[in-house]
Amino acid sequence: MLHLSINPGDGVPLYLQLVQQLKHLIATGRVRPDSELPPVRVLAQQLVINPNTVVRAYRELEVAGLVYKRRGAGTYVSAKGTPYTDEECRRILGQRIEALLVEGRHLGFDADKIVKLVMECDRDLRRETARENANEEGAQV
Amino acid sequence: MNEQGTEPIIAVRNLSCHFGKKVALDGVSFEVRPGRVFGLVGENGAGKTTLMKHLLGALTPQQGSVHVLGIEPTRNPATLLSKIGYVSEDRDMPRWMRIKELLRYTQAFYPDWDQAYAERMLGQLRLDPNAKIRALSRGELAKAGLLVALSHKPPVLLLDEPSSGLDAVARREILAVVIRSVAEEGRTVVFSSHLLDEVERVADDVAMIHAGKLALLMSMDEIRATHHRRIVEFGKDLDAFPEAFGVIHVEGEGREWAVVSHGDAAATRQALEAIGGKIIEESTPSLDAVFVARVTGARSGEAVA
Repeated sequence: MLHLSINPGDGVPLYLQLVQQLKHLIATGRVRPDSELPPVRVLAQQLVINPNTVVRAYRELEVAGLVYKRRGAGTYVSAKGTPYTDEECRRILGQRIEALLVEGRHLGFDADKIVKLVMECDRDLRRETARENANEEGAQV
Repeated sequence: MNEQGTEPIIAVRNLSCHFGKKVALDGVSFEVRPGRVFGLVGENGAGKTTLMKHLLGALTPQQGSVHVLGIEPTRNPATLLSKIGYVSEDRDMPRWMRIKELLRYTQAFYPDWDQAYAERMLGQLRLDPNAKIRALSRGELAKAGLLVALSHKPPVLLLDEPSSGLDAVARREILAVVIRSVAEEGRTVVFSSHLLDEVERVADDVAMIHAGKLALLMSMDEIRATHHRRIVEFGKDLDAFPEAFGVIHVEGEGREWAVVSHGDAAATRQALEAIGGKIIEESTPSLDAVFVARVTGARSGEAVA
């Protein structure tokens, strides 16, 4: 079972909360390439949210190339990569980075400090992924 | 039946209702399309239950019209009630019966009763068929009510405050059953609630009712897309918040204000900057915040003309 949590009151649309959490699970390898995501009705019932919200989140992930659909057979995690061009990726990340820099300026973090923090977060994420992979292999033995 | 998906399952047009001098409903119009979950929210006494009673045919429209599955509820109650599942807030059930007797008793009224489904649901809801109704907890009562309402496989489910007085666990179980019945059986659901986060979770469409009138009628997606909440800071203290494009609710004092707006986000941003405001934070308001903005206090909380 995927451990996801939805919090209606926090100002982020529910489908986006779902998209962000699923992206995280995919990025850290907690859901593996070509594994199947829960059917819409199952996830909707588990999280107690409208099924259309799940449909929308899956569609969003599909557009981003993170999952694919098999005809009549559910939603699967893509092996890797995205259908976006390098330029599109730069544009998407550019927006995020700008928001990060603005936030940083308000909090008194300059770009150098933010870059350092980014490297630290990346290290944590890699560690998490490695641990997941180890768990996975351990489970398969 | 409306298999096409184009005809509304429920159509309420210009419905008004007075109890003596008290206006309970005032020119209410809306449609519920097939397979949608329609959330009805409002304060106690706003008119939610009166509206539900019209959908069930327990009240005849004094003015305007009500159609459910193309039928006027008061004209043909028998036909309609066989196609509606209803759970009332007070969950009125014969207290001396055991659950299995309640099922047998209810079954007699419905040719389409699905006993296998009812038994499967009993297990899933962890209800003991031998338990007496009067010995059930509030949560179990609500579950038994839902079980009875769903087991004749009605295309329409009406729930009047299904979560009222229940703890979080029972609430979740009830909602999960409703969601499954929507996802697996394409059922159309109308439910009233004063729990805004619950409505935000499960509703496709939302009607906010206030003093008998619809204060807002929109899809949940549209509500999120068209409402914005901003924290705005001013260079000096403000005694009152000036007019600004799209602003429907403000809260605050002095230099810092929380502003909820509806409509063109860029236009409101410009308007706020034009009156000397600096936008510190911008987010999508929760349904609760939209409800406060739309119902509890229309702009600046003063008397609405």
